[in-house]
Amino acid sequence: MKNLQVLLVDDEDEFINTLAERMELRGFNVQTAINGEEAMDRLARGLPDIVFLDVMMPGIGGLDILKQIKALYKNLPVILLTGRSSTEDGIKGMRLGALDYLVKPIDIEELIRKIEENVN
Amino acid sequence: MPEHNWSQRLSPSIFTHKTKDQDIERYHLLRRNLVLLMTAVTIIPLTLMALINYHQYQSGLKEEIVSPMQVLASKTKHTFELFLGEKLSNVRFIASAYSIDVLKTRDGLNYIFRALKNEFRGFVDLGLIDCKGIQVNYAGPYDLIKKNYSEQSWYHEVKIRGIYISDVFMGYRKFPHIAIAVHITEGDCDGWVLRATIDTVIFDNLIASMLLDPSSDAFLINDNGELQTNSKFYGEVLSKCPFNPPPGNYGSYVTEEKDPEGLSVISVYTHFDKLRYSLVFINPKSVILKKWFVLKSEMFFVYIFSTLFIIIVIFKSTGILVKKTRESDERREMAYRELEHSQKLSSIGRLAAGVAHEINNPLAIINEKAGLMKDLIERHENFPLNERFIKLTISIQSSVERCKNITQRLLGFARRMEIQFEVLDVNDVLKEVLTFLEKEYIYRNIEVVLQLAEELPKISSDMGQLQQVFLNIISNAIAAIDNNGAISITTWEKDAETIAISIQDNGTGMSEETLKHIFEPFFTTKKGYGTGLGLAITYGIVKKLGGDIKVESKENIGTTFYLYLLKQPKQ
Repeated sequence: MKNLQVLLVDDEDEFINTLAERMELRGFNVQTAINGEEAMDRLARGLPDIVFLDVMMPGIGGLDILKQIKALYKNLPVILLTGRSSTEDGIKGMRLGALDYLVKPIDIEELIRKIEENVN
Repeated sequence: MPEHNWSQRLSPSIFTHKTKDQDIERYHLLRRNLVLLMTAVTIIPLTLMALINYHQYQSGLKEEIVSPMQVLASKTKHTFELFLGEKLSNVRFIASAYSIDVLKTRDGLNYIFRALKNEFRGFVDLGLIDCKGIQVNYAGPYDLIKKNYSEQSWYHEVKIRGIYISDVFMGYRKFPHIAIAVHITEGDCDGWVLRATIDTVIFDNLIASMLLDPSSDAFLINDNGELQTNSKFYGEVLSKCPFNPPPGNYGSYVTEEKDPEGLSVISVYTHFDKLRYSLVFINPKSVILKKWFVLKSEMFFVYIFSTLFIIIVIFKSTGILVKKTRESDERREMAYRELEHSQKLSSIGRLAAGVAHEINNPLAIINEKAGLMKDLIERHENFPLNERFIKLTISIQSSVERCKNITQRLLGFARRMEIQFEVLDVNDVLKEVLTFLEKEYIYRNIEVVLQLAEELPKISSDMGQLQQVFLNIISNAIAAIDNNGAISITTWEKDAETIAISIQDNGTGMSEETLKHIFEPFFTTKKGYGTGLGLAITYGIVKKLGGDIKVESKENIGTTFYLYLLKQPKQ
């Protein structure tokens, strides 16, 4: 499980940087992107084992990025991060190919559990 | 708030906050004005018409009643004139046809008298008077030969005017009769006079032929106001007539007067053309105007009845009208309030969602920072105050978790509710909800009384939403009750389309002011720990399900919530 490549995509760099550091402390290799373009760049340079993608982002929204990702990398596991408890975004995202969703603020243990569940 | 201004412009009277008393007064005023206006526009024309009709009928009817009287009087007068004219002609014929020589002989006069009496009615006797006024010959029942008439005024009058018809008098015969005399200028003497007396019984017959009503009277009077015929009510022949005949000698005259007994009568005086008689026709007003009085009272009753009927109709119809207006005003007000409320809910929902979302990001950062702090501290065993800091970070994270709960509830409130209908038994849903709350009410020794309708129809609704609704209301009830209180839950079929649920507690109850706001978001009485969203969400769900929710409450007595749910959701 350690040394898994994880890509975090969220416009709040304070949030992803901290989360990335915590995950690195737990042995993950974490990359971050603060918008869709950056995320697509990172993916083009090499695919991670799993992507965590924020739904609510300025510019290209999370769901649109998800569509792009799924168009290019159909089997790449993506988990959505949402600020809403609503199932709406979650369901929409899952229809578009996301594996699951987490509600922010997230519990890091739950996040790791999701990775374990979804990465072989 | 723009919506508020708009509503005030739309209908200021309804949406400005008025007290119930002011409202009632307003409708009373409306009704009073309507009643007054409608009464005025109906009763005034009716009254005017009634008055005009009254006067027209009165004058028309009087004419209709009086003119036949005049006609009858005039006809009778003509009959009298014809009769007297005929008698005068008879006497004049004898005076011309027979010479004085014949008339002077006893046999001759007797013969003529017999023929006269046989052929014409009423002759009593016949006499010949010479130029000295001495009756020289006489045919009749009395012995009046040699009677001297030279001192009598009629004798001189006949000598001047040629003819004479006397008033009725008793004379020697002691029964009423009149005398007709004609002047004959023949022979040596300065004019003879042929004089006949006529029985006036015939006058009474003529009057009888008028076929008078039993209460009417007719009689002849002379210039001096003496009765010339018997009157039914006003004396015998030759007595003084109690009425004053109008002056003048021609035509007829109608007057209203009072008879000696004070009875109002209508009198018709008809003067004879050549004689000094007047025919008087007396009719009691009460009899003659009986038709008018009947008509008048009928008109009066019709008027009173119509007026009463109109007033009743006005009262009833304005009552109904004002009631309908009031109901529709109330419905409009209610609809507006509901609209306002749902707009409020949705705008607050949007605001809440925005705020919650914005707060979520910093919360997530705080959460991660604290998490990182904790991670770092845990990984450095020699960190001073290690345990203290770990506790502090855990405390920060648990506060973040609380904040997360709040934002999630706010978001939940704003979230569109997706309703999934299924057929369910409300009694079962209630029982299930009670199992969630069982621990709490048993612990607090609260008695829960269930009065669930045994054959409550199943309804089509959303199980999860209904659970939420019941949970909210029953939790509120438990919160409102001191230990040892009671909650009573009742279900029944309200009508063909609706079932009803009441949840009653004997808790602290609410003031009227609180009642007004309980379904508003963020309104809470649970200071410090309520979000004020529970009942607003409940309200929203019930409305979404097509139902209705009502609440009654009295301070220190308790609160009852009524829920009305449709058996089948409206499409």
